[in-house]
Amino acid sequence: MACAHQAAARRALGSPRLRYDAGDMAMKSTAVEQRARAAEPGMLVLLCLAAWAVPGAGHLWMGRRQKGIIFLLALPAMFLAGLLMHGRVFPFDLSEPLVGLAAIANFGAGAPWILARMVDAGAGTVTAVTYEYGNCFLIVAGLLNFLVVLDAFDIGMGRK
Amino acid sequence: MISHILFLALFAFFVSLVFSVLLRDDPRAQLRTGAMMFGGFLAVAFALGWLMYPLPL
Repeated sequence: MACAHQAAARRALGSPRLRYDAGDMAMKSTAVEQRARAAEPGMLVLLCLAAWAVPGAGHLWMGRRQKGIIFLLALPAMFLAGLLMHGRVFPFDLSEPLVGLAAIANFGAGAPWILARMVDAGAGTVTAVTYEYGNCFLIVAGLLNFLVVLDAFDIGMGRK
Repeated sequence: MISHILFLALFAFFVSLVFSVLLRDDPRAQLRTGAMMFGGFLAVAFALGWLMYPLPL
């Protein structure tokens, strides 16, 4: 009887289906280990910083390649479109609350925002027809990247 | 030539893309959600445009 069970188990282990499952389990455990590592507070801070600095980097880090690549392309493209529309990268002027809030939203874009500040792009041309459109693109690109950072944080915490 | 509709469509495209990818994991579901969101953006913009048409602005 025991021999029959052992033979059945040996046959099952040899089957391609179970071999596939074993490989699948190995991949899952690797993903779980990756998440467990990311759930450490220091790593979570690094993950959020990376996700902010380079849009999509957090997702790429956590193995969500498709999402990461889309964010990496879409968010800087949106920011660049805003700059090309003569939008303004707002300064941190807290005496004017709306300008301050817009600056915080712009700041969310990460590397594109840093680059724009470094090369003095985004001065904004108020007389341009597309000025307000440009502001809208710049602000929304930053806010969307904040959402992407929160999503990366949730993945790092193992909530997704 | 500056096209306001083009800018509107471009904005709707980027926002729909990012939200659909954030909200859905399956590529087919992402495509469906993104298309619905993009269509919704355009439909609401056209509807609001026509609603505001009689206003003396």
